[in-house]
Amino acid sequence: MNVLLILIPVSIILGGLGLCGFLWTLRSGQYDDAEGSAARLLLDDDEPDEG
Amino acid sequence: MTMVAACPGCVAAPLALKHAENHAAPAVVLSLPTIHCAACIGKVERKLNAMPGVDSARVNLSLKQLSVYGDAIDTDIIVAALKSIGYDAYPLDVGLLETRQDTVGRNLLVRLAVAGFAMMNVMLFSVAIWSGATDTTRELFHLISAAISLPAVLYCGQPFFASAWSALRVRGLNMDVPISLAILLATGMSLFEVLNGGAHAYFDAALSLTFFLLIGRYLDHHTRSSVRSAAKELAALEVHHAQRIEDGNAVKTPVSSLIVGDRLLIPSGVRVPVDGRLDSAQALSDRSFLTGESAAVTLAKGQQVQAGEINLGAPFEMTATAVGDDTTLRRVAHLVEMAENSRNSYTNLADRAARIYAPAVHLLAFASFVAWVLVDGDVRHALNIAVAVLIITCPCALGLAVPAVATAAIGRLYGLGFLVKSGTALERLAEVDVAIFDKTGTLTLAGGSARLDHLTGEQAAIARGLAQASDHPVSRALVTALPDAPSATLVEISEIPGNGMQAVYKGETVKLGRGTWLGASFDGLGLKIGGQPAVELPLHETPRQGVDVALQGLRDLGVPPQILSGDRQGTVRALAQRLGVQDIHAEISATEKHTYLTKLQNEGHHVLMVGDGLNDTASLAAAHASVAPSSALDASRNAADVVLLRENLDDFPLLIRIARSTSRLSKQNFAIAAGYNAIAIPVALLGYATPLIAAIAMSASSITVILNAMRVRFVK
Repeated sequence: MNVLLILIPVSIILGGLGLCGFLWTLRSGQYDDAEGSAARLLLDDDEPDEG
Repeated sequence: MTMVAACPGCVAAPLALKHAENHAAPAVVLSLPTIHCAACIGKVERKLNAMPGVDSARVNLSLKQLSVYGDAIDTDIIVAALKSIGYDAYPLDVGLLETRQDTVGRNLLVRLAVAGFAMMNVMLFSVAIWSGATDTTRELFHLISAAISLPAVLYCGQPFFASAWSALRVRGLNMDVPISLAILLATGMSLFEVLNGGAHAYFDAALSLTFFLLIGRYLDHHTRSSVRSAAKELAALEVHHAQRIEDGNAVKTPVSSLIVGDRLLIPSGVRVPVDGRLDSAQALSDRSFLTGESAAVTLAKGQQVQAGEINLGAPFEMTATAVGDDTTLRRVAHLVEMAENSRNSYTNLADRAARIYAPAVHLLAFASFVAWVLVDGDVRHALNIAVAVLIITCPCALGLAVPAVATAAIGRLYGLGFLVKSGTALERLAEVDVAIFDKTGTLTLAGGSARLDHLTGEQAAIARGLAQASDHPVSRALVTALPDAPSATLVEISEIPGNGMQAVYKGETVKLGRGTWLGASFDGLGLKIGGQPAVELPLHETPRQGVDVALQGLRDLGVPPQILSGDRQGTVRALAQRLGVQDIHAEISATEKHTYLTKLQNEGHHVLMVGDGLNDTASLAAAHASVAPSSALDASRNAADVVLLRENLDDFPLLIRIARSTSRLSKQNFAIAAGYNAIAIPVALLGYATPLIAAIAMSASSITVILNAMRVRFVK
């Protein structure tokens, strides 16, 4: 049963990391413009200006 | 690197906050209704970032807004630049837009995330226990569950506790009272059981209850806030600049900084921003928003001009006599808002259900407790059963079902061009059985079309030549109606304010304008060439696109349309005939409209009012449900439940159909939840409800209810 003593904290910490990650994405405003973020994926920033 | 952070979030969060602060206040916010793809974003942002004075520009595609950051930015230059790459932009009043950060929504999301995290961890332990963990292992798992659940429940449940407490303080009961009671009792009792080595703990139930209900709460908030910000955007699009005359020059001034006594220049085709007195000799003004009458009114020097009127003639000057909240327009709007409160007494479906449900749940749980104490005298066992009953009957359906359906429906309607402003609007729309339409501006569009087959080629050419020289809406309509005519060569063209256009053609004076000015027997638009008698140029209002489809669709749905208009009998009858509407009432005032509508409602009808003018606002507010086009006045849009964002009326019947299915799906969801309860409650009452059964019943009913809500997306 000793394995539980390692696995339980590990699982909780991993879950906690996920939670922190979500809170970070929320705070940095990544859900403010879901449609825009999806579209920006297609933008090519490296492209030189046509002008 | 001296700082060691426990998690990546803690490192990233301050950075993110700093980023947000930098962008705290955009200098200019513009509405860009036509952007829709990645290419648009790239084009707009590249163009603006290259402009001098612009620090950065960012498009928000969901809101279809552009925020520009930087100092000394001229809105007009940006609008012109966007126009040059093919995008229409409309400046928004930054002060009227809500602060961008939706703190309440984020707060709910954080609680939702914490509840989800805690629920999943506790569920892992629970699965182990249900699979047969015993003795020390079970006790260890229970203790860890308790350690996770206690803080999580106390933190995540706060929205419910706060709402329940505010209801209890005034000795009332709302849905959050049984919810809070179930969450707190389940946690408290489980803690007691765990400390005393008991077999059953309901930590997972308390957490999943919180999780599901928070989803409902978030959906509810999300719908309301997105609708509110869309409505705010409409308001922010209103007139914000006026031409104030300073030392003989017209200077662009924000309307909010005008004061009584300011002299203003009102260009052609522009709405008058404040109440005032006319200083120019004459003016031609469109008062249809006040009276519903489509004919323009001629004003003489010294007469009152009211905010909201549209200048149809030459530019005129006026002196402000009332500004801001003192204008007639605002005062009426304020009265309407007061009248609106009376309609807020409408109780929505969820509240009506809650009124029966909440006391019933409490009574049932209490009765089971008393009964079990009497049967076997074991208080602990009796309490266990009472808590199981509370958890199982906890109103997930009420908290989740209605918001889920409403969110899906309102989102779908927004995509179709309907902005649903009020939460109960869909339920009320579902009940309507008569539709009353205003004519001018609602069934028809501003401007008009002319039937000009009777003109000779020469007459048409002269009319076009004269009309081209003027910006008057009637002239512009005339030019559109004469697309093929060449324009005659005219000299000495001049505009006679309030009357029409005058010029010289081949040595003869030619005039285009009001019949009375031309010395003719008719009132409408006419053309006079030299000494010949004037020719009438009849202008018709153009019906909105899709009006026929919309009215037929309403008839098919059992909602017969009627037309109520302040306009002249003949004009209304002509339009009604074209649209096949029998029930018409013309030449009636705003009060008469309101009286007629109230009479219908007293007869037991549920009236849908569709209108745009100030003469409709009282009716819009009094009707069971109301719709206003986005071109309507601010006051009317405020009074209406739904704002039409598109000019086309094709989808109007779909609005009613979606509203009806929303109502039906909400009721179905109640039935589904009640069905689960009907099976689970007897089990709980008899004392056979284990935490496993409670968890299954609750999750299954919540998920079924959400899936059922999604069906509103497929209504045709």
